[in-house]
Amino acid sequence: MLATLLIVLDAVTPETEGLGELFALIQFGAVGMMLMSSAVELLLVFIALEISSISTYIMAGYRRKSGKSAESALKYFLLGSFATSFFLYGIALIFGATGSTRIDDIAAAVGKAVAGGPISPLLTIGLAMIIIGLGFKVSAAPFHVWTPDVYEGAPSPVVALMSTGPKAAAFAVLLRIAYGALPALHSHWMPILWWLAVLSMTIGNLGALRQRNVKRMLAYSSIAHAGYILVAFTALSPEGIAAASFYAVSYAAMNVGIFAIISHTGGYDDHLTLIDDYRGLAYASPLLAGAMAFFLISLIGIPFTGGFFGKFYVFSAALHSGMIWLTIIGLINSGIAAYYYLRVVAAIYSEPSGASPIMAVSRPSFPLLLAVFITAATTLILGIVPGNVLSAARAAAQTYTAAPATTSPPVTAQR
Amino acid sequence: MVPIAYYLVLSAVLFCIGVAAFLIKRNIITVFMSIELMLNAVNLAFIAFARQWSQITGHLQVNGQIFVFFVMVVAAAEAAVGLAIIIAVFRARNTLNVDSIDLMKL
Repeated sequence: MLATLLIVLDAVTPETEGLGELFALIQFGAVGMMLMSSAVELLLVFIALEISSISTYIMAGYRRKSGKSAESALKYFLLGSFATSFFLYGIALIFGATGSTRIDDIAAAVGKAVAGGPISPLLTIGLAMIIIGLGFKVSAAPFHVWTPDVYEGAPSPVVALMSTGPKAAAFAVLLRIAYGALPALHSHWMPILWWLAVLSMTIGNLGALRQRNVKRMLAYSSIAHAGYILVAFTALSPEGIAAASFYAVSYAAMNVGIFAIISHTGGYDDHLTLIDDYRGLAYASPLLAGAMAFFLISLIGIPFTGGFFGKFYVFSAALHSGMIWLTIIGLINSGIAAYYYLRVVAAIYSEPSGASPIMAVSRPSFPLLLAVFITAATTLILGIVPGNVLSAARAAAQTYTAAPATTSPPVTAQR
Repeated sequence: MVPIAYYLVLSAVLFCIGVAAFLIKRNIITVFMSIELMLNAVNLAFIAFARQWSQITGHLQVNGQIFVFFVMVVAAAEAAVGLAIIIAVFRARNTLNVDSIDLMKL
């Protein structure tokens, strides 16, 4: 799953912005994310996490001349390393409780410990620490404060990468640790993830409502989407895992698409930032406006887009596991989300006000069109024939539940 | 011989000092140092646990020690990138106070 996603990302981001060393950093980051999603040893998970994080720290500060970019890199770096040390402390405590850093050995040791009486506090505290650390990385709600600032300050093509790749990889790690290493402790981590999901959805959507800056709005929306993926996690079934993977893929496609368009219209120096600046994009470039509207509609979750089926599977998985309240809260949140996405769509299609800078948008270059086309096609295909990807996701989910953390990584969906 | 609990308490205390300093201190360099302190608290915990498990299983357990080496390497890499970012911020803003780095507000 994740490999597909990263290939899409690799194809898209460099093409939208031609810049030397950025390519190398993107490759390093991609290697880290792939290792992260396929590792079965916590040591490798940690190193891969750092490979991908450090390269994204550098990319966030890529516009050296801009104060905003440096500031966003600093915030990302400080909070990212803070989260990393929590994650590490969690690994240390779990190592102390089980004597191993291999995920299958941990699962065996924890299974024995749970069967043999009271659980050691080392395990529960370690689990909580790991969830805190990964919560920062996926920007789930109580740990989300860095997201809007970093997304606003970092260059748009980089945001396209870091809002999808590292996040999906961190979700893969969370999946592996929760379902692979500590399935015996599910009564402990489920309530935590439940609350994370509810808080992320609510804070993300309410926060997005009052944003006037497009990138900040998308940052809050990405917090909300992390919440939807967490809903699938709490479902505690292969169906939930499959739904989470499917959602991650469709979210990646639409988000990369929308940031490709934003980075073209906004330019390298981000001179168009407010939602009002996008008034009249449809008159300047009907093609880009149409694509952007399509991605926004997919983010809302209207049928015939990948976003619809993503939400559909997530909530049906939650319902089948009896999470009625979680589903209700999630659906209310999707309703709220429609408002702020539609506001952008309305802005795009309304008359431009006088000499708006949006009219000066240059013609899209071929690489950009290709990038937008790939992501739009993926979103559309996921929305019309989700079967292939979904069955691949189900097959991957089976490997988790049948034999926890065997050496087969869930890279089955290479198209 | 010192019991393992002593090491663990020391490591927890160091970690908490690191977290507190991260939240309280206002100078970016100090904040950065508090992160290093947290990482080293983790290292101490790893080594203590590695020793405990070597005693329990009866043969040498090197998982923990190896982990510590990798943490040190990664911390060095992080320091290189982090100091570079701090220099970039200082050049752009001429300050190292966390409170005055506020171009973007919630």
